[in-house]
Amino acid sequence: MSTLRRRRIMNFVAFSASMFATAIGLALLGAILWTLLSKGVGAVNLAVFTQMTPGPGSAGGLLNAIFGSVIMTLLGILIGAPIGLLAGTYLAEYGRGTRLSTVVRFINDVQLSAPSIIVGLFVYMLLVIRMGHFSAIAGAVALAVIALPVMVRTTEDMLNLVPRSMRDGSAALGAQPWRTITHIVYPAARNGLLTGAMLAVARISGETAPLLFTALNNQFWSSDLTRPMANLPVVIFQFAMSPYKDWQQLAWVGALLITLFVLVLSVIARSISTLFGQHSNPGE
Amino acid sequence: MNDSVTAGVAGPRALVQDLSFYYGTFKALKRLNMPIADRRVTALIGPSGCGKSTFLRCFNRMHDLQPGARYEGSIILHPEDIDLVGREVDPIDVRMRIGMVFQKPNPFPTSIADNVTYGLRLRGMKSRTQLAHAVEQALRGAALWDEVKDRLHSSALALSGGQMQRLCIARALATNPEMILFDEPTSALDPIATAKIEELIAALREQVTVLIVTHNMQQAARISDFTAFMFLGELIEYASTATLFTNPSQKRTEDYITGRYG
Repeated sequence: MSTLRRRRIMNFVAFSASMFATAIGLALLGAILWTLLSKGVGAVNLAVFTQMTPGPGSAGGLLNAIFGSVIMTLLGILIGAPIGLLAGTYLAEYGRGTRLSTVVRFINDVQLSAPSIIVGLFVYMLLVIRMGHFSAIAGAVALAVIALPVMVRTTEDMLNLVPRSMRDGSAALGAQPWRTITHIVYPAARNGLLTGAMLAVARISGETAPLLFTALNNQFWSSDLTRPMANLPVVIFQFAMSPYKDWQQLAWVGALLITLFVLVLSVIARSISTLFGQHSNPGE
Repeated sequence: MNDSVTAGVAGPRALVQDLSFYYGTFKALKRLNMPIADRRVTALIGPSGCGKSTFLRCFNRMHDLQPGARYEGSIILHPEDIDLVGREVDPIDVRMRIGMVFQKPNPFPTSIADNVTYGLRLRGMKSRTQLAHAVEQALRGAALWDEVKDRLHSSALALSGGQMQRLCIARALATNPEMILFDEPTSALDPIATAKIEELIAALREQVTVLIVTHNMQQAARISDFTAFMFLGELIEYASTATLFTNPSQKRTEDYITGRYG
């Protein structure tokens, strides 16, 4: 009887502790969202999307920063995703069980958790020093390096979910491995791969450190990839640290925009996999 | 190969000669010898782990997809006398000739029609009318046409298990293979679906050579013309199905078919 009571108490304690921990996590997330909304929403107006970042004390918007972020994020994923897709394909298909794939997987996992400022420094050495100045292309490359391990990991995981029997079916009909991968495995894993790419976009769209060393910032409109380019994270960093009220206000708006973007993207990615997930998995 | 073994087979489609197979250093098949009768159903039976599936997968070189597979001996496919397990023979070429249906239905996550045309497109067929014609032919051949003719372009994954398996048979039939391998094709199906597949396989013997692995002796007795009994990687006995089940010459065969082990 006393053992049973002790177990009940233990269970109650463990249950309460985990509920409490969950509550802390949710409360922090709620606080962040609430702060962003309350400080940011009021300052959102048309000018934010139509005007350039202002000098201190004058009115302006975030147009050049939004544009720069979109360009560099897109370019980053365009560089990172195909390489990640192919590397993940190697790990899941061609290199299964080989020593090389074990090594690549390990290095990829390390890279997955590498501090992003290191990536920034790496691209700084690789491109910025050689070009002699900061540039949007260097920023995009830095973001690609961040996106790469995410893509490799999700690609491998998603391809491994495709049943082996399907590959056998294709091979038995006389298909070369590459044909099987492009015609059977990729389509079967399409939703998962798409979700992975979107999560990679979400991941890099808020990165600041790698851009500080590569794209830097630009007070003005620039669409020249070989020159420094404005972007939301660095603008937020710069404006939030400034003593000027207008700048701080814009920083809040920028932070809100990025957060909403990442939130929307994550929700879409999530619903792709839950809404359409079943259709890509044969045999239930 | 002794005379009693070849007796009853006029012109074999394939001849297995001293075939041994290794997974790494493990010898899974030990010097097998038997003919595969042309346009007949040959069944491989034996207890779990006896090597019957391993034997089957030599015919289309599925083992080559894994590292460490090694063959000795030969499987000569007539009339062109190609050695299916020959070192110089490309496994892809072998799979182009020999179809396979697996234990668990494995349709591709595409439409019913695209499943059937997959092998044909691989072989370079492009004409839409030709492909459409082939789809109907193959689905009729697999006794599936009437059930799916109105939804050829909907997903194959919405079919029932038995329909999926018949689609897989249609997919193999479409490429007009010289032989079709069945690896326990009904073990994942209910009795009604099983009956349909058995009927289908029995009907197929008119046009194609069939080699089937089954764990179900009644099934072998029902649908096959010849049966080979395997045990621990060895071929114990090969005979016409009627002979093997009523008058086996080997003690071990008799023990197995009377249910003493396995």
